[in-house]
Amino acid sequence: MRIVPFIISSLVTVSLVVVLDTRLVLKAPLGQLLSPQQGVWQNAEPSDLNYNEDLSFAALKGKGDVYFDDRLVPHVFADNENDAYFIQGFLHAKFRLWQMEFQTNVAAGRLCEIMGQQLGDVDLLNKVDRYFRRLGMGYAAEKSLVIMEADPATKAMCDAYTAGVNAYISSLNQSQLPLEYKLLGYQPEAWTNLKTALFIKYMALDLAGAENDFEYTAARNILSRLDFEKLNPLRPDSLDPIIPKDSAFVPTIKVKAPASADSLYFTYGKDSSSLPTEAYKPDKSNGSNNWAVSGRKTKSGYPILCSDPHLGLNLPSLWYEMQIETPQYNAYGVSFPCAPGIVIGFNDHCAFGVTNAGRDVRDYYSIRFKDDTHTSYLYNGEWKTTEFRYEHIKIKGKPDFIDTVAYTVWGPVMFDNNYSGGRTRDSGNYAVRWKAHDPSNEMKMFYLLDRAQNYNDYLEAIKNLHTPGQNCAFACKDGDIAMWCQGEFPAKWRRQGDFIMPGTDSSYQWQGMIPQQENPHMVNPERGFVSSANQLPVDTSYPYYIGGSFPNYRGITINRRLDKMEDITPQDMMQLQTDNYNVFAEMARPVLLKNMPETKLNDDERKYWNIFKTWNLRSDTAEKGPSVFATVWDSLEQVVWKDEADLTHSAYWPYASTLLEGILRDSAYKYLDNINTPQKETLADDLLAALKKATPVLKKADDDGRLAWAKFKATKVQHLTRLPALSRLDLPIGGGVHIINAAKKDHGPSWRMIVSLTPQTEAYGVYPGGQSGNPGSKYYDTFIDSWANGSYYPLWVMKKEEAMDKRVKFKMSFSK
Amino acid sequence: MKFIVSLLLTALLSFVAGLYINWWSIALAAFIVALCIHQKPGKAFLTGFLALFLLWGGLAWCIDSRNDSVLSHRIAQLLPFGGSSFLMILATGLLAALVAGFASLSGSYLRKSR
Repeated sequence: MRIVPFIISSLVTVSLVVVLDTRLVLKAPLGQLLSPQQGVWQNAEPSDLNYNEDLSFAALKGKGDVYFDDRLVPHVFADNENDAYFIQGFLHAKFRLWQMEFQTNVAAGRLCEIMGQQLGDVDLLNKVDRYFRRLGMGYAAEKSLVIMEADPATKAMCDAYTAGVNAYISSLNQSQLPLEYKLLGYQPEAWTNLKTALFIKYMALDLAGAENDFEYTAARNILSRLDFEKLNPLRPDSLDPIIPKDSAFVPTIKVKAPASADSLYFTYGKDSSSLPTEAYKPDKSNGSNNWAVSGRKTKSGYPILCSDPHLGLNLPSLWYEMQIETPQYNAYGVSFPCAPGIVIGFNDHCAFGVTNAGRDVRDYYSIRFKDDTHTSYLYNGEWKTTEFRYEHIKIKGKPDFIDTVAYTVWGPVMFDNNYSGGRTRDSGNYAVRWKAHDPSNEMKMFYLLDRAQNYNDYLEAIKNLHTPGQNCAFACKDGDIAMWCQGEFPAKWRRQGDFIMPGTDSSYQWQGMIPQQENPHMVNPERGFVSSANQLPVDTSYPYYIGGSFPNYRGITINRRLDKMEDITPQDMMQLQTDNYNVFAEMARPVLLKNMPETKLNDDERKYWNIFKTWNLRSDTAEKGPSVFATVWDSLEQVVWKDEADLTHSAYWPYASTLLEGILRDSAYKYLDNINTPQKETLADDLLAALKKATPVLKKADDDGRLAWAKFKATKVQHLTRLPALSRLDLPIGGGVHIINAAKKDHGPSWRMIVSLTPQTEAYGVYPGGQSGNPGSKYYDTFIDSWANGSYYPLWVMKKEEAMDKRVKFKMSFSK
Repeated sequence: MKFIVSLLLTALLSFVAGLYINWWSIALAAFIVALCIHQKPGKAFLTGFLALFLLWGGLAWCIDSRNDSVLSHRIAQLLPFGGSSFLMILATGLLAALVAGFASLSGSYLRKSR
């Protein structure tokens, strides 16, 4: 009898299959993952893969041809514009499907659905999904979708795009799924126009979601008005605004602080209770550079436009490069996988690029509910009925979670006794009024910009940009250059919305929106250039309040350089765009050197201080000076601000310019003193303490051979899942915060573009990624090395007749 | 001769099944072939083991060399293979080989027990 061995070996076989088919260890079964016919091996693209294809879809009206060049940049030629958007959707999906769905799932608060409630020690439900839902991301996207679909042009555009994405999704079988679906063990769902709207809100949160209301309120509760104003000045001394001399004008919207503001709002130093602080903060340095110079300053006599948006550095990249030609227009540049159109780029007539306006368009109101049911709240002396939105959150491996969010006249009550954002909080209820909740149709801007032929067309296009507000640079072959700080911004009274406002009183609402034509702007200025680098847009003559949270220094270097430059060539612009000069260090070093008590330094401290002293102020890859400066400055901020921050229970620290200008103006700057010690600290004491704090860090780096700036900073481009295996780490790139080449640890120039608007456009560009989102493709990270070393690719504006050109590597044909 | 035929049949059936059914269809394929073409248990195990080691390992190796190891190098960092493409291929082959080996063994024992 062999029945016993049979049973044993069958059990072994079945156990092996069960173990290898389990989802308990990995998110997907190992047997499935390693199957060469179905698993991850199928995502290993042959290095000589041929992308040629003939495709036909009933949804197309005519014909379209796509030529891929050697960098896998598609050049799309379509008979009609909606076919072009269909093809764009198809291509985005073919190369970036997982990323598209992931980004929009994050925006919709649906991460738990894919990843489960916990990821490592991060509580995704409370830190991410509920946060996005309670901020009203879905609510905002749904409202904007209505407007997007009410406009026939953008509706047709989005419908065609969505159809293209779905045409690709439905052509997929299990083995062709993008790698990440296999690793995480889930399936793509159909694309919708709502997902495009969600993506636009995702960008709005990233770029126009910043505020410090809780932190400022906490500080106001403790500090005197004078201290608060000193720590949070509205204008740095060294300011070089985007619009240098905006002529003063009488504002159309007259705003006035409510009569009760002094007793209810400007309550400095009167309360010591703590407040909730936010779980998610957009990167403070989300920023960018853009500039355009007129033909008077260029060698060719035609304008040059440069743009480099600084964003989180991710793989797959936020951007997908392409050219789209239809009978109506011919645009080249980068697009957002998730949305139709070219976003930053140029066409046969003009070029356009944006930087973030960074205005505060998100305010909080404190709500008084009648009782714990939250069904009514006090508003202008009456009980007003709350509306509820039920957020149905699916969680992988767990029962669904239903989040009930109260909506008031202000907006959703983000924080209440159900939700604290995972931090300490008081018993208050706080509703958020966010400009992105107002419906707007940003797709119309891309639609119009791609076909703009002159300044007026550009102006018409950007009027559709409401949120996120952007500084929109423009240059045209007819010679015009322009900059508009564009967006729909609330007209506020001084310090309105810097603190949490009383939600019981309508007089605290935004009293109106700044009329578009009163947005700061500049057309063909005398100085021959326009530029922006997220600094304050205007000087004090501007009649509306715009707050003080703006990075200051990149703009100074850019303007200083552009001012001097003549006979500019695109090559000069490449040099400027990748420049590593640190103007902040230039301004800070003299006062630091002057005040450091050098006699008190030990050998190690002296060694690093000398490196700083002799540094050439350039944050190039091999320099050690930037590592010392960054660490010492960081330590100095700790030494100076920690006591004030502890006092105000706030994680918020003043801007670098506040401290620097404080000590430049006054070496006995009040805040240098540590309020927790009996003696009175001076700048020398604080500097010495900072260097002592910094030295062990520097010594450790030095011993490990990591003191050179690029190694010390360790810039990385991370996969969206943060898996190191799919990321590129330790890139050899200089630059950093306050520097034109703003490459920080995981944030930096996300698309460097230079466009010379000569009759035959001459353009260059590079982004830190690759055209394919597939980690198994050789096109996954193709451009990263060029990006890191500051080189550019010539951007080929292909003509249809050039189909036989040797740069064309593949052709995809689309037909009915 | 039986050995070679079984081996080829197991590999072929596994390959075809892999195109349409779940990855563990390799166990079914190995089991069925061992049931139909009788061999001694030890030889049967070796047949299944080798067939799938060669099939999965070979396929993976083919794919990997055409891909210049771009993907396997990344996945071998995700899995505990220290970034080694060779270990990735070996693991792929061994995983399938073990499953198929025991499935063949079971087939052989079942045939014998009747």
